[in-house]
Amino acid sequence: MENIGALSVLLAFCFAVYSILASVIGKLTKRPFLILSAERAVYSIWVLVTIAAGILIYSLMTGDYRMAYVAHYTNRAMPSIYKYTAWWGGQEGSLLFWNWLLASYGAVVVYRNQRKFREMMPWVVAVMMSTQVFFLTLIVFIESPFKVLTVGRRIVDVGDGQGLSALLQYWTMIIHPPMLYLGYVGFVVPFAFAVASLITKAPGEAWIHVTRRWTLVTWMFQTTGVLLGAGWAYSVLGWGGYWGWDPVENASLLPWITATAFLHSVMMQEKKGMMKVWNMVLVSATFFLCIFGTFLTRSGIVNSVHAFSQGPIGMYFVVFLSIGIAATVTLIVSRLDFLKSEASMESVLSRESSFLFNNLVLLASCFAILWGTLFPVISEKFTGEKISVDAPFFNRINIPIAMFLLLLTGVGPLIAWRKSSFDSLKRAFLWPTVAGVAVAAGLFGAGVRSFYALVSFALCSFVLVTVVMEFVKGANAIASKDKSSFISSMIELTHRNTRRYGGYLVHVGVVIMFIGFTGKAFDLQKTVEIEKGDVVSLGKYTLRLVDIQEGQNDNYRQQNLVVDVTKNGEHVGTLKPEKRLYLAKKEPASNVAIRRRLNEDLYINFAGLSDDGTKAVMQAYVFPLVSWIWIGYWVVLSGTIICLIPSKSRLIYPRMEIVGVAGKHAKV
Amino acid sequence: MKTYLKFGFLIAVILGTLLWLAMGGISDTKTYYKSIAELNQLGDSAKDHRLRVGGDVADSIQHHGREVRFTLTQDKLVLPVVYSGIEPLPDTFKPGAQALADGKLGADGVFHATKIQAKCASKYEAKPIQQPAAGPRASL
Repeated sequence: MENIGALSVLLAFCFAVYSILASVIGKLTKRPFLILSAERAVYSIWVLVTIAAGILIYSLMTGDYRMAYVAHYTNRAMPSIYKYTAWWGGQEGSLLFWNWLLASYGAVVVYRNQRKFREMMPWVVAVMMSTQVFFLTLIVFIESPFKVLTVGRRIVDVGDGQGLSALLQYWTMIIHPPMLYLGYVGFVVPFAFAVASLITKAPGEAWIHVTRRWTLVTWMFQTTGVLLGAGWAYSVLGWGGYWGWDPVENASLLPWITATAFLHSVMMQEKKGMMKVWNMVLVSATFFLCIFGTFLTRSGIVNSVHAFSQGPIGMYFVVFLSIGIAATVTLIVSRLDFLKSEASMESVLSRESSFLFNNLVLLASCFAILWGTLFPVISEKFTGEKISVDAPFFNRINIPIAMFLLLLTGVGPLIAWRKSSFDSLKRAFLWPTVAGVAVAAGLFGAGVRSFYALVSFALCSFVLVTVVMEFVKGANAIASKDKSSFISSMIELTHRNTRRYGGYLVHVGVVIMFIGFTGKAFDLQKTVEIEKGDVVSLGKYTLRLVDIQEGQNDNYRQQNLVVDVTKNGEHVGTLKPEKRLYLAKKEPASNVAIRRRLNEDLYINFAGLSDDGTKAVMQAYVFPLVSWIWIGYWVVLSGTIICLIPSKSRLIYPRMEIVGVAGKHAKV
Repeated sequence: MKTYLKFGFLIAVILGTLLWLAMGGISDTKTYYKSIAELNQLGDSAKDHRLRVGGDVADSIQHHGREVRFTLTQDKLVLPVVYSGIEPLPDTFKPGAQALADGKLGADGVFHATKIQAKCASKYEAKPIQQPAAGPRASL
């Protein structure tokens, strides 16, 4: 079995090399059959990698403890679902998972473009397959998932394995890695199209539309992945945070930031033919940051709570990144004439300007996070001392940036292209500003003194009012013309321009998430050592420890507290925070008890028994507004999906008919 | 040209502010990685910096209310540590685990930690032969 798996990935590797050569040679020597065979090789790679993945999954599920990977990351007592997720629980498996996703994306792209982009496709295939070759190299030659355990030359079956890391045995970990990887890997597609358009000097903006949609899809996966990670940290790590500026969290955020910047600045290219070089840089940067993120996670270069796996593959990543970045930069520089801007900035008060500043601060944030994450590495290189910076560093820079972005979220969509007058701004922003100031004043009156909290809530209301006004204005216009109800004209409005109104919805989601983030300013927390019957009070809550229970199953032994919760004197429920010891790995893990409500979460962690076993150490927290983060995510998701639905009336920008080289212009 | 000047000015203001915030952030939160051996050689200047020290957790971990006392060892060197942070200790923190302690070295030679990170020892047994004993550098 494992031999077939190893053979499959080896063959896939050969096919990928062939695919690159065939499409490049076929393109350069104008031999369509070579190009076609290169595309078919892409399908074959998918089949081969799928076979390999199938074999690994089968071995994991059936517990083939001759295989090193299976023995290392699963054990008999684990629930089946975690045996399955062990596929990406370790280094080798997750690299195979990467390869499988990449191969799947490759097959989808080839399938969907059988008749489109014929000029560009050979290069798209070549870029995607170069990435595939790199990742296949890792699992074929360095970190094979199909190694067997041996003593001397004899294969041994160890009978049971060490089990999956306790922290990974939690439900969000079933979907967090696939989502994040779908996002990471998916960005190879926009990148491949960008590179292909540069090489072929493809006229028009058709590739931009494809790229934008792909980016939106992968952005959606990245957003989901990042938030699932946050949700996991919140309910598993036991300290009540959802974001700790851990190197690997940062790594997942970096490409998300540049992708967000790209989704905005690409509008400038579509509508005005501006920022072409910049967009190229953003697409490439996002792609390389995705690879870099995988590198950070997989090589363990900066120490992190995520260092689940460490291995000798770091050097390969460095080489791949260096070659890739050098090639991309050379290509962009050699095509500068092709990327000339077709318009220039006319005023500081314009839509263009709002995009420019949006991009500026997003990139500043990205750079600051990258710098902070790599600070230990950089400082060691230059001063010989390894120095790290902490969460406060990241917060100090990113909170003001976030506030500025929030402001732009409200301002940007309403400000006119080219040049806006003060009068029109006054008309558009009078009520939003009033709302913002009123909210801040109200909260100040109610005793809120945190500066950022006041600013954040004021901006949230500002943005909400602008968006609501936009919807109401548009829907009213339709309602009075078509004599339809307000709700149906709202839907009609959104359907007419899904990108615009879907985008607004995404912004609303972001605002809702910010309301949740801002709740952080009002946290309450208490750590106590208590005995059975003891009572603790925290804010409006009274907690009484009723019992300490114990239990065991095949997978883990657990102890849990039984805590009676009363709020303002009224009994509201019982929480059971749990502490587990996974038997195979002898690894402990917490299972926090959370009472989630819209206004606040009551969060109880059982930190362990005191040394003599009579007292329990319990951490109790009140986290206001945290649920809003998760609600905001669902709004962002629905908004993104709306953006992906084609608009009822096709948007045709007049500009497109007049730019580009006459005669060669494909787009009408 | 005037428009470009305006843009230049605004961009400079924004980047300048962020740079200023970043510099402040770095100097306030920077933490030096040291091994226990290096710690002993440091002069008094070490007492002012925030430090991150790595080592293996020795067998006895004592809980005194919210305070946790334990010892970090590296080869034959030992470092007594008192942890009094807000966050709960990580689940992986137990005797034999590799731990990183962030905090300051007190005048009494006791390390006052405000943050502890730990990695399970079992992880390290199974790891490919790559790094020697513990220590901050080895635990990268």
